[in-house]
Amino acid sequence: MGDPVSMAITHAHASGMGGMRGAGDLVARAQMSRGMRTWEAKEYVAEKLKISVADLTDPVIMTEVREDLQIGQMTPMPGCAKGIEAKFNIARELDFNINCVNRFKTRTSI
Amino acid sequence: MSKIFTRYGDGTPVELSESELWEDMRAGTEDAADRANVPVLTDDDLKYMYDILASPYSFVSCERGKEVILTYDAGTLKIRRVGVNVDRIQALQVYEKIMGADTMELCHVDYSYKPIKPIITMEQPIMEQALLSTHIPLLYGAMPNLGLYSQPDGPFPNPAELLPMGQIKEARESLEMTVEEAVRDIVFTGSAMYESGADGINLDSVGAAGDADFLASLMACQKLKEKYPDICIQIGMAGEFILGMHGELEYDGVRLAGLYPQDQVVLAKKAGATIFGPVVNTNTTESTPWNLARAVTFMKACGEVAEIPIHPNMGMGVGAVPVNDHPPIDTVSRASAAMTSLCKLDGL
Repeated sequence: MGDPVSMAITHAHASGMGGMRGAGDLVARAQMSRGMRTWEAKEYVAEKLKISVADLTDPVIMTEVREDLQIGQMTPMPGCAKGIEAKFNIARELDFNINCVNRFKTRTSI
Repeated sequence: MSKIFTRYGDGTPVELSESELWEDMRAGTEDAADRANVPVLTDDDLKYMYDILASPYSFVSCERGKEVILTYDAGTLKIRRVGVNVDRIQALQVYEKIMGADTMELCHVDYSYKPIKPIITMEQPIMEQALLSTHIPLLYGAMPNLGLYSQPDGPFPNPAELLPMGQIKEARESLEMTVEEAVRDIVFTGSAMYESGADGINLDSVGAAGDADFLASLMACQKLKEKYPDICIQIGMAGEFILGMHGELEYDGVRLAGLYPQDQVVLAKKAGATIFGPVVNTNTTESTPWNLARAVTFMKACGEVAEIPIHPNMGMGVGAVPVNDHPPIDTVSRASAAMTSLCKLDGL
């Protein structure tokens, strides 16, 4: 319950990692697929991306990183990897086991 | 001496003196410590919380570097609930690209596993299509909601009717039967959504119907984890305390009735949960300093013992967030900042 402005948006600004504006989705995947607690997950993602932990929530730095690695960006430019394409790259670059990517490969015989 | 603006647990504004604010914080932490048999907050913790609560600014945030992951319950429902006419895949995209969400949850308006079962083939293609066009991890969520398995909504005698008549044995037998049915429904639905590619399954409002509800969730979690070792399962609680509607149910030799978050998380890990979402209920007649100190005391103890990521619930009516459909941002941001700064947690 609670309207999105008071709940989702407030928490995102007060305590969130910014989702795709930063590396929030990637740190979340480290928690979800590797069971890491936050500090471990942040270090894991920072090391894989070759940036500092502090950079993980910086939208300027992360936009460049995400663009370079083709792992999905807030403003999708023509020709960049989007959606499932970006998740293929996330799985490879961060060594994550992503369920829908694996099933995509199976269903398309890749 | 100037007064400090804060609110009651229902959101009503109130001004407190410095000493009143301190008194409320101390009373809140002592209440939690007494109930859950955990340590009270330290003086340093309370001083930090005081500074957050007494800040003159409308919005307060955690310190840079202490940001955490956000997961959502009833995710796509919240867009429809405010009357915005977008479909669920669009709602997921709104959260991902407009609201800074780290993860998101697809769900149905009838947010319980039992009613999802007969319409699962309508839900799976939505998840499959959503996964093609989004980037952040997507969970599928619903509630165990064991209340739906007893009469008049379900097949079994209603324990809430049997107990007042003194038919304790019959009430317990009914609850045990609902557990079996609920586990079947959760495993069926969870399996289908995982096989459609979902990144994880969210069991939300666990324990709402008491210890049987918690047991069904733990058993379903264990079965899903055995079936799919890589699945992410989030168990989000309904309240801070497991109600003993049955009273004698156990998981792994531990009696469930009466457990507080620091004990609940241990069982969640044993069952194979990936993320645990503990809850502390907001008291509407107490102030935010009282509620916040109380909530942080419970969550700090939980975070210390947790061996899996924990995401304390900070939605309306829990985690010191006021019980109001439009929780004030001044209070939500203070609760958010204090919780992430003072507890060893991984998300909200």
